[in-house]
Amino acid sequence: MLTIEGLRKSFPDPSGGRLEILDIPKFEMSAGDQMVLRGESGSGKTTLLHIISGISQADSGRIAIDSIELTKLSEAARDRLRAAKIGYVFQTFNLLPAFTALENVRLGMTFGRGKYDLDRARELLSRVGLADRANYRPSQLSVGQQQRVAVARALANKPRLLLADEPTANIDPANQQKIIDLIRDVCRDESVALLLVTHSDLIAQQFDRVERLDQINRAMQPTKVTT
Amino acid sequence: MNLFEIAWRNLRYRSLASFLTTMSMALGVGLTVLVMSISGIINQSLQRNSNVGYNLIVGSKGSSTQLVFNSVYYLSKPIENLKYSYYLEFLPGNQRQEAYAKLGGALKDPDRSGLYAMFARSGFAIPICLGDYVGRFRAVATTPDFFNLLRHGERNDLEYEFASGKNFIEESPENGFFEAVLGAEVSREMQLGVGDRIQASHGSTGNFVHEQSFKVVGVLKATGTPNDRAAFINMEGFYLLEDHAAPERDEASGLEIRKKSGEKEEPIATAGMSRLAIEKREVTAILLRSEFAMNIEKQINKTPHAQAVSPIAEIGGLLRMYIEPVQWALLVLTLLVCVVSAVSILVSIYNSMNERTRDIAVMRALGASRDKVLAVILCEACLIATVGGAIGWIGGHALAAFSSPMVEGRTGVKISFLSIQYPNEFWIIPSLILIGILAGLIPALVAYRTDVSKSL
Repeated sequence: MLTIEGLRKSFPDPSGGRLEILDIPKFEMSAGDQMVLRGESGSGKTTLLHIISGISQADSGRIAIDSIELTKLSEAARDRLRAAKIGYVFQTFNLLPAFTALENVRLGMTFGRGKYDLDRARELLSRVGLADRANYRPSQLSVGQQQRVAVARALANKPRLLLADEPTANIDPANQQKIIDLIRDVCRDESVALLLVTHSDLIAQQFDRVERLDQINRAMQPTKVTT
Repeated sequence: MNLFEIAWRNLRYRSLASFLTTMSMALGVGLTVLVMSISGIINQSLQRNSNVGYNLIVGSKGSSTQLVFNSVYYLSKPIENLKYSYYLEFLPGNQRQEAYAKLGGALKDPDRSGLYAMFARSGFAIPICLGDYVGRFRAVATTPDFFNLLRHGERNDLEYEFASGKNFIEESPENGFFEAVLGAEVSREMQLGVGDRIQASHGSTGNFVHEQSFKVVGVLKATGTPNDRAAFINMEGFYLLEDHAAPERDEASGLEIRKKSGEKEEPIATAGMSRLAIEKREVTAILLRSEFAMNIEKQINKTPHAQAVSPIAEIGGLLRMYIEPVQWALLVLTLLVCVVSAVSILVSIYNSMNERTRDIAVMRALGASRDKVLAVILCEACLIATVGGAIGWIGGHALAAFSSPMVEGRTGVKISFLSIQYPNEFWIIPSLILIGILAGLIPALVAYRTDVSKSL
């Protein structure tokens, strides 16, 4: 489902040279896989997720999602692919404050295939336990509720791959497990592959497959770049 | 959700800023619509009133504009007068002879028609004398033909109607030569009606009021013409008022010969006295309707003392020369207000971009292309411009419709809510969308260039 070969990514450094962040010879995920990616802060985890989602471009290498070679697509085509096949859950939820919970979920399907499936949006909100909060604005929801809306939004477009970038980092411990359970259950039910970045040992222990970025990344570890 | 829905939600979220920028656009468009409406009213009013049922005004040589202002709008001071005998040149032979027989005077060539009678044969020639006032309104001395022959309205097919009473006649058994008809506004403002008596004052200052009064025998229905603001008195009675006999004039120049100091003119105005002799009579202007207006205009303008002016042409020239530039200047000023409003849209959206960078990045992460993000911002600007414009358009027209009774009373121009000034108003909506696009372009480009990976 996800294949990465010879991926390299570098950024300009202050001295005028380039600082290599990622050099991943091979990385693969199958459909429905659930895995954790671990690594120290600044090791390039978020950069990798951005490249996989097509938000950023690799310097070289090959990334294929469902046999579609992302690295050969134009920016607009990458946007379309992301809208159609990839869901993204952010560390800081990133719900749009002008929109209600339901509208935030609908926004997740707005840029995809052009179908606005209101029933699915309601069903997803119901699935994350927020059916009665559909018309609440993010500011009217608790932190845990906001992240649940973000999960529903990430799944709204029926993605093939869900990228979750430290989704529990800003949530109290009591709610962390609930969010992880929710993400895993929904991904399992919808046959969505899950690539989850976390620093939590407790969460990592629950996954069969755990990868450390420094083990799959041959690039020299940066010290100043925040990813 | 479509892009308009997203834009609408964003605007609602920043409701105060959106409201203020929308209102500034509404103000600009409302002013533009009002200026257009007022310009339209002025144009219609001037054109309507210049189309008063005659096609030429004949008066003494001088300013043609002043002659039109005097004779049509009853504004400005009258220029020099014409001899009454000159007026008689517009009458056919029999009427000319009748006038001399009635008024006395030496008629040369008694068998001939008036020099211009042939041109006026299918129409009419109505004399008017100006110079007196009733209250603040002009007194127009004329003949009963003014209301018998003249027509008004856009197609010049409406007879003058009386709200009460009737037209005055040349000599009535009860009132002699001293009957009057009042325009609707004069009657309303001065609280005068049929049976009341009015006294004309000599000149606009009102210092010298003629002793002899005129009895009001009719009040006109409102016509929306300057005639609503005039008191019409019988010309025969007017001639009998003090100081209304023609002064002696130098034969060569036509200029008035001043009286010697201490020499005072005897008052000659008394009821029942005989008519003023022809040689003592003058007219301020002759209102002429003729099928041969072009020919007669040229002939008259060749003569040394008289001129003929087409009121429609004169007003058209006046509109082009003075009023249209002012109207354009006002329009440009109000359009500048719209531009300022557009700048306020730009500033409002642009300022919001800093706090919305992350939102835009999230939309991009959800799969929105750069084009879609740009379109959302442009939609926001267009929504402010068009909603503000619609509010301004409705407000401007509502204000114009609200003032309709007052405007109609003063100008005769009816304006309704949907009185649209063709074709300028049709440009408003596409212009607003263009303004919206231009105003939104800079912030939209900022959104377009948002670096998603740095902003998330």
